[in-house]
Amino acid sequence: MTASLSGHMSALTRRRLFWPVTILIVLLLANLLFTPDFFKIEIRGGHLYGSLIDIVRFGAPLIMVALGMTLVIATRGIDLSVGSIVAICGALACLWISGQDDQNSVAGVLTAVGLALGLALVLGLWNGFLVAGVGMQPIIATLILMVAGRGLAQLITDGQIITINSTPYKLIGGGYWLTVPFSILLALGAVALAVALTRRTALGMLIESVGGNAEASRLAGIGSRRIIVMVYVFCAFCAGIAGLMISSNVSSADGNNAGLWIELDAILAVVIGGTSLAGGRFSIGGTVVGALLIQALSTTIYTVGVPPETTLLFKALVVTVVCLIQSPAFRAKVFQRRRRPSARAAAREKTKVEVAP
Amino acid sequence: MTSLTGRWPGLRRPQRKYIPVLATLSLLAVMYGVGAVRYEAFSDGQVILNVFVDNAFLLVVAAGMTFVILTGGIDLSVGSVVALTTMLSASLLQEQGWPPYAVLPFVLFVGALLGFAMGCIIHYFEIQPFIVTLAGMFLARGLCYTISTSSIPITDPFWTSMAQSKVRFGEYFVSPSVIVALVVVIVGAYVLSHTRLGRNTYAIGGNPASALLMGLPVARTQITVYAISGFCSALGGVLLSFYMLSGYGLHAVGMELDAIAAVVIGGTLLTGGSGYLVGTVLGVLVLGVIQTIITFDGTLSSWWTKIVIGALLFVFILLQRVIGARKAR
Amino acid sequence: MAEPAAILAMTGITKEFPGVKALSDVDFRLFPGEVHALMGENGAGKSTLIKALTGVYDIDGGEILLEGEAVRFTGPLQAQQAGVSTVYQEINLCPNLSVAENIFIGREPRRLGAIQWKKIHRRATELLRRLRLDIDASALLGTYSIAVQQMVAIARAIDISAKVLIFDEPTSSLDAKECEQLFRVMRQLKDEGIAILFVTHFLDQVYEVTDRVTVLRNGRLVGERLTAELAQIDLVAMMIGKELEVLEQLDEQPKSSPAALQDASPVVAASELGRDGAVAPFNLAIHRGEVVGLAGLLGSGRTEVARLLFGADRADHGQIRVDGTTVAVRNPRTAMAHGIAFCSENRRTEGLVEDLTVRENIILALQAERGWSRPIPRRRQEELVDKYIKALRITPANPDMVVRNLSGGNQQKVLLARWLITEPRLLILDEPTRGIDVGAKAEIQRLVVSLADGGMAVLFISAELEEVLRLSHKIAVLRDRHLVTEMPNDGVDVEHVMRIIASGAAV
Repeated sequence: MTASLSGHMSALTRRRLFWPVTILIVLLLANLLFTPDFFKIEIRGGHLYGSLIDIVRFGAPLIMVALGMTLVIATRGIDLSVGSIVAICGALACLWISGQDDQNSVAGVLTAVGLALGLALVLGLWNGFLVAGVGMQPIIATLILMVAGRGLAQLITDGQIITINSTPYKLIGGGYWLTVPFSILLALGAVALAVALTRRTALGMLIESVGGNAEASRLAGIGSRRIIVMVYVFCAFCAGIAGLMISSNVSSADGNNAGLWIELDAILAVVIGGTSLAGGRFSIGGTVVGALLIQALSTTIYTVGVPPETTLLFKALVVTVVCLIQSPAFRAKVFQRRRRPSARAAAREKTKVEVAP
Repeated sequence: MTSLTGRWPGLRRPQRKYIPVLATLSLLAVMYGVGAVRYEAFSDGQVILNVFVDNAFLLVVAAGMTFVILTGGIDLSVGSVVALTTMLSASLLQEQGWPPYAVLPFVLFVGALLGFAMGCIIHYFEIQPFIVTLAGMFLARGLCYTISTSSIPITDPFWTSMAQSKVRFGEYFVSPSVIVALVVVIVGAYVLSHTRLGRNTYAIGGNPASALLMGLPVARTQITVYAISGFCSALGGVLLSFYMLSGYGLHAVGMELDAIAAVVIGGTLLTGGSGYLVGTVLGVLVLGVIQTIITFDGTLSSWWTKIVIGALLFVFILLQRVIGARKAR
Repeated sequence: MAEPAAILAMTGITKEFPGVKALSDVDFRLFPGEVHALMGENGAGKSTLIKALTGVYDIDGGEILLEGEAVRFTGPLQAQQAGVSTVYQEINLCPNLSVAENIFIGREPRRLGAIQWKKIHRRATELLRRLRLDIDASALLGTYSIAVQQMVAIARAIDISAKVLIFDEPTSSLDAKECEQLFRVMRQLKDEGIAILFVTHFLDQVYEVTDRVTVLRNGRLVGERLTAELAQIDLVAMMIGKELEVLEQLDEQPKSSPAALQDASPVVAASELGRDGAVAPFNLAIHRGEVVGLAGLLGSGRTEVARLLFGADRADHGQIRVDGTTVAVRNPRTAMAHGIAFCSENRRTEGLVEDLTVRENIILALQAERGWSRPIPRRRQEELVDKYIKALRITPANPDMVVRNLSGGNQQKVLLARWLITEPRLLILDEPTRGIDVGAKAEIQRLVVSLADGGMAVLFISAELEEVLRLSHKIAVLRDRHLVTEMPNDGVDVEHVMRIIASGAAV
């Protein structure tokens, strides 16, 4: 009984990642039909090259943003402002570097990075304050920065596209280190940091507890406000790094278009990765797979030769399917597992509990 | 008995629910006043009419959004549906050779159908409106690009006549689109205040569980509301295609944010159940006047619009919380 | 005097849930022009009976006759249309709509599809006047108190034509004056011939307003009596009953606290602690090694006392002393810092995080105390969790099992383990034995005894008086949100405590 139940459970958790991974593999294999050397990875001029490398490299900013989003969603929140933060941080870093006499000065680039990430932390603190301090719904609280942040980014760039020419800065998003694209290393580092932060400390469990049952967590003595603020700060920090990557890769900052709609892709990656929008259990590995899946989708559409804009159609399809599969109501209606009266009764019990003081 | 009611003197009570709308109205008056003092040409009545002309499509879209937000939902797909409508109209008129009287009902039907489908998924499968309409947003944008990835100009005589004709009152004028938008607002306001559909919309936003227990048709209302939003988006798309005389997949990018901002600044609670269409009109005007002031000023850059809208959102959401908190006690 | 025909007759009602028989063969009848109290402790089956009547649940057996005709409603809505309306404690109206609209929504008078607002306001005003309610029909419902909102719900119900009105704990959140108002309307409706079913926990109210009482216990009918002919003590006895369960495994306990312990200053002492609307200011002291039992009916303020001591709710009055020093207990965190632990009666909503594993749920509170940056080392976690899985005999003994899949008794043990590993000085247990099987119950009772022997102070709350008397050194009795008396448990029997609950005074 014990063994079969736990075996059943672990099979289920495994199945959560099973579908995204399968789809990812199928996508990659599909590419093989169009580009026979799709899986080829070679070293050219001391740099790793190959389609797979490109997927990870171009997917790195999305991995970063989705990483932070995972923790936010695990607390039953959402952060719509990450796209704006991407734009703001890229803009600030490029502005600082463009103002330097020597754009290649490492000290100048480091200062720029420090300033940009510092601002990201402040913005995350603002979101966290609105959600945990003021008590706004996360979707509304972060909508404010989503709208105003675009303006701020353009304010920083003065509405122009700031172009820079800085080798050290180029390293972040477009350079190589030890033959590997630096952005991949950065994303790997961030994933490792997030895993360490959540699974080596007790943070992950406390986040899941707060997202899973806020009242029980309060009565167990968890200081959920602090945890929620931390999560939004971390999310903004990740978005900040993604902003640096994106602006570094193109050596310019575009306040208007940098990171546009990345919040939606990030949420999508998190959901595909098996973290429920209702909060609770989260999976960083799943999020990474989700982000890679989205990137692979774009790449595939390029290689297959369909107009790249139709990626959106596929995304719509993926969101719908994933959400339907995750929806208990859908499963109940389609597979007829749950009986109506008990469901209704459960719903009533819930409202009763919420209303009680 | 007086102890039960004494806390709320009858005289002041009716005004309470209008506070958010009044706040928006005073904000608008102050902004207009500042504009009129600072820039001479600003006080010309045509300036205000031009705000209507430039934002007629936003007004229609925001009206649909108001219905959705009143039920406590949200519709992120509106901007994409607007773009899809311009694209579909342009393609049918220019490439398929459909006559305008066939194109118009068809694109409106498509918009309403998209909304209907999203409403069904939201209601029957209990998925958050945010996610479902996000998928709708992707879908509609994606469909645009399957039609064409570039802009299609519209040369149909009906469209150009709608773009160029002016409805005059004395020395002032508006475009026909403004008349359409105002008709939509008036019909919408009537539906909200004088039909069961409208009242059920408010009831669901106030307390969905109660609405169900009181025997209101929750499913029908919720789905209808998204269909209305889809229809309004399509109509907004038609008006935008009159304005732009083109169909393009990149039209109306980010319009959902403008529509949501207009609704919230207009005093409608994002959690549902409270708000008026007239507030949404004021909200759209506030956004329009901000843009006009920035254009008139010349030294202010366009991005201040977004920053100011963000700040206004913050202030109004905070205001709603304060009023809500006071109401609760 | 011949009795008139019953308007509602329920006979042989049976309802089973997986593993539980919620109602077995219950009869209930209701006459026009009477107020009939339905009473019973938690789990007695009151709300199941009401849900069976209004069609929220399908019944597995029995018959419902409304005005002599057999009915089976598909839901509250259909029941309401047939004349059976329910007024809940939590209002099922829309606070954002006007009073008048709440009465008429869904049935608005219309002309050509347009709602006739004037007519609605006129009819609403008439209706409110009939109930002698002086409120403005055009004002938003949410601007009025819960009491007024209930009146509006009543107005809606009688306008839809109610023959049977069910009041489901309407008075739980009302003050004395508001209750009076409600009772006046109930009497008025009764005089108009409406049959009223009144669920309440307050004995005074039963005697003030009802004509007849039906008592349920453990899903069975205990009896139906005329209120005027039923002594309070008998009513309490009917509700609480005698637990026939024999727990011979449990040794007789020394009933009084050891004198030595009484001399020392209490671990936790509350003086004039209270919260408006929850529980009146009370004094309570708990010593080392002492089990204090809280006795009282549901809704008497048992849980509220516990929540105040733990800082789950903020106190409006009084103070808490720990080891003689006044401390500020602002929230659960500060209470925990002073060595206070609290197992909530609502395991699923306020206790466990059901998506997490047994291990995670057990270490949660200890981890919360340490903060996120100092994780409990994995090996230590496993030691602790293994120890308590064994000590409390949690089955299956799998620390990585998701708590959602455990039985009620094992969930309760997980919650207990969570607090035991924090090594609290005062452990508050709110109904720890409710809804779990007899074996697990005996184990938990034995555990309480051994914890106290080990020097822990325990505040034990239970609806079962026998259990309270068996375990406690000292007993505090609550009634209608007041702590009536506190007494040592020497030679006190169930009858005695019942008499205190019934009379509301120490005897």
